[in-house]
Amino acid sequence: MTQRGRRPRFATVWLDGCSGCHMSFLDMDERLLELAEHADLVYSPLVDIKEYPDDVDVCLVEGAVSTTDDVEKVRVIRARTRTLVSFGDCAVTANVPSLRNPIGPEPLLQRAYVDNVDLHPGVPTEAVPTLLPRSVGVHKAVPVDVFLPGCPPSADVIYETLLRLLGIAAPPERPLRFG
Amino acid sequence: MHGQHGEIVIDPVTRIEGHSRITISLDEAGAVAGARFHVTQFRGFERICVGRPMHEMPAIMARICGICPVSHIVASSKACDEIMAVSPPPVAVSLRRVINLAQIVQSHALSFFHLSSPDLLFGFDAEPAGRHLFGVAARAPELARDGIALRRFGQTVIEILGGKRIHPGWVVPGGVSHPLQPDQRDGILDTVPEALAAVRRGLAWYRSRLAGFADEAGAFGTAPMLSMGLVHENGNAAYSDGDLRVVDPDGALLADRIDPKPYWDYLGEVAQPDSYLKSTYWKALGHPGGTYRVGPLARLNVVDRLGSAEADDRLGEFRDRVGRTPQSSFHYHEARLIEILHAITVIGRLLAAPEILDRRVQSMAEVNRSEGVGVSEAPRGTLMHHYRVDDQGLVTWVNLVIATGHNNEAMNLAVAEAAARYVDAGHLTEGMLNRVEAAIRCFDPCLSCSTHAIGQMPLEVELRGADGGLLDMVARP
Repeated sequence: MTQRGRRPRFATVWLDGCSGCHMSFLDMDERLLELAEHADLVYSPLVDIKEYPDDVDVCLVEGAVSTTDDVEKVRVIRARTRTLVSFGDCAVTANVPSLRNPIGPEPLLQRAYVDNVDLHPGVPTEAVPTLLPRSVGVHKAVPVDVFLPGCPPSADVIYETLLRLLGIAAPPERPLRFG
Repeated sequence: MHGQHGEIVIDPVTRIEGHSRITISLDEAGAVAGARFHVTQFRGFERICVGRPMHEMPAIMARICGICPVSHIVASSKACDEIMAVSPPPVAVSLRRVINLAQIVQSHALSFFHLSSPDLLFGFDAEPAGRHLFGVAARAPELARDGIALRRFGQTVIEILGGKRIHPGWVVPGGVSHPLQPDQRDGILDTVPEALAAVRRGLAWYRSRLAGFADEAGAFGTAPMLSMGLVHENGNAAYSDGDLRVVDPDGALLADRIDPKPYWDYLGEVAQPDSYLKSTYWKALGHPGGTYRVGPLARLNVVDRLGSAEADDRLGEFRDRVGRTPQSSFHYHEARLIEILHAITVIGRLLAAPEILDRRVQSMAEVNRSEGVGVSEAPRGTLMHHYRVDDQGLVTWVNLVIATGHNNEAMNLAVAEAAARYVDAGHLTEGMLNRVEAAIRCFDPCLSCSTHAIGQMPLEVELRGADGGLLDMVARP
């Protein structure tokens, strides 16, 4: 869903994931340039806009919600976005980040920063966000409009989804495949 | 966000791969006192793999990073080879090399063309709203299309061999799961000339731009330090195999052709209070004297030659211009392009050998040792996976030393140097801060790999004096 009378505006964000869904976004290859002819990428790790803008039509949110900062960020995104897409398996189910849930954050941090170092052991506390007790899917933090599963979703699926949600093209005749 | 003497915070750092922020601290006079690079994501793979079956490890390890999953699959499978006490069949060694080199092509293309070329095309002070790949496509369409084509080449090779572009399977403990088919080989070989032409154009373009960035080349992380990478027995560059070589800033050998597997004998790890990214150091020189670089520039510094004629010609020209062991991190960009040229050439060479179609591609075994280390060169540098397993093959302990961690100290020195050189606290501009970020972009850090969480939403950059008073403010669009 987009606003009439202006070019569609979309964004991409990564929370706690591996960037693989963003790499699949880039795997649209030359279709990226076609997309850019019809719509503006107004916020993304690929561009230098530092504040999430108002009035975004579609945002692809990659990754699980795993820290206090993730919660804060995804709430801002929700408030400023018409269609929020839970983008990839980590956003949809918490997937790999949730492997830590049965263990809890403390033993993980202990293993990485105390047991496993030669010098200055200690869990980082300055300038880094706090881990949530459990890593959760995006819909646990804010309402989600569209779920796009896959590890990662294929470039074809991303392309067709964006065309449809941004109102650039009619829905494809063949159904989207997520396998 | 401001500290004892005032700080400038860049958050998030953009056009890099992962989550981070930079803090520039100011002294009481408002001058730059230092800068730090903070990685803000944490994932804990060293703990969450405990209890998993060894054979699952390559697939889980791939999920460390969607940018370089192949690097993790290769290092992980090599660690499992050790645990099974097998050598993969020779053709599997070659096929792993092909997919690992394809990874280097696509990742380097992403770093240079998609993320850094906007700075080199438009300049560091250009309007940020248009300073991205799509802006490049509008101004210099062939450059953007060459970047997309090179990344597509690498990703397509990975897809053909591994079944999908991101998180492929195929590389498994003992070798690879399927032999290469003739039509797959031919399909890749057909695209090699076009990819070579694209990287040649990219390299020529980069060299045509270089004169305009002499100042940045002298200030983006120039601290003298060691270089580390893998080399073959003959001194050529090694990516999937090989032994470690370490040279000092003058190129003198500190260690040569040593087995990388007992890495703990040579490398120490340090926790940082203000980052989820740990640092490493060369133990013989201690911390921080043993700070070193890894990745494309360090590899060019350690090798005698790459091992393919055209890339070695470009390497020779590079060395004639910037010295035998250049220390400016700005030159990572050119090193990356030269490595792309080399990698495409070697992919073509390996696939042209008739034995690449051999059908015996996997050595089968169960657990024969309780411990294994796998080492390879990822796009960003030397990667080490180290596992221990029980008699049933369940993982009991994991340690990962990731390329970006090796470069952590070097990146911190680079942001401090760039901030000191470019940030004028009295007259803050966006271009000054973009240069500090660009010093980080030279290293192409991969922060999903190195652990992480997410940065706060920055609304503007504020410059505050020692009393906390607002001196200047730049709102980034």
